[in-house]
Amino acid sequence: MKKSSALIIAAVSLAMIASLFLPLWTIDLQAPQYPEGLRMHIWLTKLSGDVSTISGLNHYIGMKPISAEMFPEFGYMHYIVMILIGTGIITSLISKRWVFGVWFTVFFLTALIGMYDFWLWEYDYGHNLDPKAPIKIPGMSYQPPLIGCKELLNFYACSFPASGGWVIISSGTISFLVFVREFFLNKK
Amino acid sequence: MKNLKSIILFSTLLIGVAAMISCGGGGKKAHIGASDAASKVYVAPGQWDEFYSFLSGGFSGQVSVYGLPSGRLLKVIPVFAVNAENGWGFSEESKPMLQSTHGFVPWDDSHHPELSMTNGKTDGRWLFINSNNTPRIARINLKTFKTEEILEIPNSGGNHSSPFATENTEYVVAGTRFSVPILGNQDVPINSYKENFKGTITFVKVGDDIGGMDVAFQILTPGFDWDLARAGRNASTGWFFFSCYNSEQAHTLLEANASQNDKDFIAAINWRLAEKYVAEGKAKQVPSQYYHNVWSHETHSATSTIKRNTLMLDPKDCPGLMYLMPCPKSPHGSDVDPSGEYIVGGGKLATVIPVFSFSKMQKAIEAKDFIGEVDGIPILKYESVLAGEVQKPGLGPLHTEFDGKGFAYTSMFVSSEVVKWKLGTWEVVDRMPTYYSIGHLSIPGGGSVEPDGKYLLAMNKITKDRYLPTGPELAQSAQLIDISGEKMKMLSDFPTVGEPHYAQGIKADMISKDQVRVFRIEDNKHPYVTKTEKESRVERKGKTVHVYMTSIRSHFAPDNIEGIQQGDTVYFHVTNLEQDWDTPHGFAIKGSTNAELLIMPGETSTLKFFAKDVGIYPFYCTDFCSALHQEMQGYLRVSPAGSSVPISYSTGK
Repeated sequence: MKKSSALIIAAVSLAMIASLFLPLWTIDLQAPQYPEGLRMHIWLTKLSGDVSTISGLNHYIGMKPISAEMFPEFGYMHYIVMILIGTGIITSLISKRWVFGVWFTVFFLTALIGMYDFWLWEYDYGHNLDPKAPIKIPGMSYQPPLIGCKELLNFYACSFPASGGWVIISSGTISFLVFVREFFLNKK
Repeated sequence: MKNLKSIILFSTLLIGVAAMISCGGGGKKAHIGASDAASKVYVAPGQWDEFYSFLSGGFSGQVSVYGLPSGRLLKVIPVFAVNAENGWGFSEESKPMLQSTHGFVPWDDSHHPELSMTNGKTDGRWLFINSNNTPRIARINLKTFKTEEILEIPNSGGNHSSPFATENTEYVVAGTRFSVPILGNQDVPINSYKENFKGTITFVKVGDDIGGMDVAFQILTPGFDWDLARAGRNASTGWFFFSCYNSEQAHTLLEANASQNDKDFIAAINWRLAEKYVAEGKAKQVPSQYYHNVWSHETHSATSTIKRNTLMLDPKDCPGLMYLMPCPKSPHGSDVDPSGEYIVGGGKLATVIPVFSFSKMQKAIEAKDFIGEVDGIPILKYESVLAGEVQKPGLGPLHTEFDGKGFAYTSMFVSSEVVKWKLGTWEVVDRMPTYYSIGHLSIPGGGSVEPDGKYLLAMNKITKDRYLPTGPELAQSAQLIDISGEKMKMLSDFPTVGEPHYAQGIKADMISKDQVRVFRIEDNKHPYVTKTEKESRVERKGKTVHVYMTSIRSHFAPDNIEGIQQGDTVYFHVTNLEQDWDTPHGFAIKGSTNAELLIMPGETSTLKFFAKDVGIYPFYCTDFCSALHQEMQGYLRVSPAGSSVPISYSTGK
């Protein structure tokens, strides 16, 4: 592994420390009655923003109340990121291509599983509705988009990475470029 | 030829008619194009006004809040009169706010809004307002737009000359309009007025926060009718100026008997010296009793405490405390210009507007330039304290405010106009007719050291044909005048709530930036709060039943209540569990001889209900809270006295 590649991986790993203190994802809801919008921020360890207000509104369509205790992920997600950071630094110290290859694959798969898990929760919330809900529209589900915007009744819901999410995405992208460089461009 | 003649004649006639049309409406001058004026008061949907304007409600007892320049009504703040609309004076929590030594007083006459000040500038913390009938001063919190403190003024027969504030809101004042016997025997013949009737001027200390108001000291005065006042500022800091009428001390047919003296007075009071005299122990303890009512946002309830005894200063024992400046003909306004040098008297029946000079007053006091005294209070010589007179200003000068650019604006009740004149030269520079019979006028900051000379609001007493007629009882009106230029321009007029006696305006962002939106449910310390639906319950204590109820979109918990018996008194303690902006819930129950409740997010309110008859009583939410608002309802079952139906309650069962 090139020395510069190892240094980049060290830097990327250190940068990811920021994601422990920043929100990863934001779901933004716009409606005529909420000119300032409603926002829910998802962190590695918690939820913040207008969670109780959104939760209160969701009862009309029979969605389950949203609270941080319902997501076991908040108990361990930050450890996973810490391990990625730690192993990333070790990888750069060892500076062996195959070690880096393993590290990158784990990083990539972890991110993929994380997004899939997020999507599963969104699916669960959007589809498993109380049959006694006041508002029932046949065929209508309320799953917010994983990324992008979607109209859900009177709300326009947008879901995008937040600052912490961008840190991880950038780290992943840079790592991917390093991966390409190491394995495809610089084959000795 | 004949044809030509008739054509000429006809043309001449036409020209004549045209000339008459173009010269018509002689009184209405200085009009600007309607579209030009319209664009100046147009605030697009969703946009905010530039100023808040707080108008007293007069006989409505309340304060109405308008946005300027649009003239849109933003809110009516209940103050001195019960307000069934939101339960003010009907809910158990708000009842103590209207308690007085006379018991529960459900109405009053609110007169003069006064914004709190820092360094002589309005600061947007609080609004004070006086009640004229049963003497009190209220403080409104401008973060919540709620009346949160009311102090009764003892030893007063009517509180008109109030609640004007000192430069840093150290004090608000209360001068009694109706003198009464205040020391010793109250049961005296009315015709012993001159001997037994006295006035008082009260200095109320304001304190750092809600709950801090108290009578600091009172000044005993002759039995004049104290009318209006303004605190000194800059040059005249530490002084206060009060106008009075009825220096004749008449007790009947005042319209004639109190108009006999050529001059009444503007009293100058050195309140810094008064503080010194009080500290030296010159004030006499006077037995008095008065109520102090304070609202708490922790318990969402008001409490009343009874205070006793006041400290009374008698000017005849306190040299230098008080002087009288003769002022023509029953002055109303006593208005101090931003520099503090000029004090403008508004002699209602006078033919001039006298302007007094503070520096000349100081010199006259030093030179003991007195022409007599009343009860030991020296009367200064008119000519010695006069800065100048505005000649031929119009008829019935009432009240003056300033634009901060060297001009003063005086309302003329009788000639129904606003007159603009120049400080220093005392010449009239412009006039604007008002419709009809203007009382007070208001420039945002116009009573402070820093006026915002953009708009002037004229408050008119008579409307007659100004709006679509509504029978014999008509609204009063306000007219908005653009004073940013050399000439005044009439922009718009709009009807008002009650009869505004005065208004104060302030730049909107001084208040809008710091508003309370919800009360945190965790902070709710109401003794009957219900913080979660699980805790909702019904408890019987003898013949009294307490319902611990919650409301959230869109149901009450509990919404089915049984086991109430005829003759029970039921207290519905309703906690609004919402924590979102603009999500109040209402509560009303059939047959209630009370009013409704309107409960803000995180607040607890209590409605007292007497179960007079056996039956089923529906209750429901009165504030359209959500798409399922109409479903937000429940039932109370009242069984005969001694019935075996047990107390039970539920939601969704």
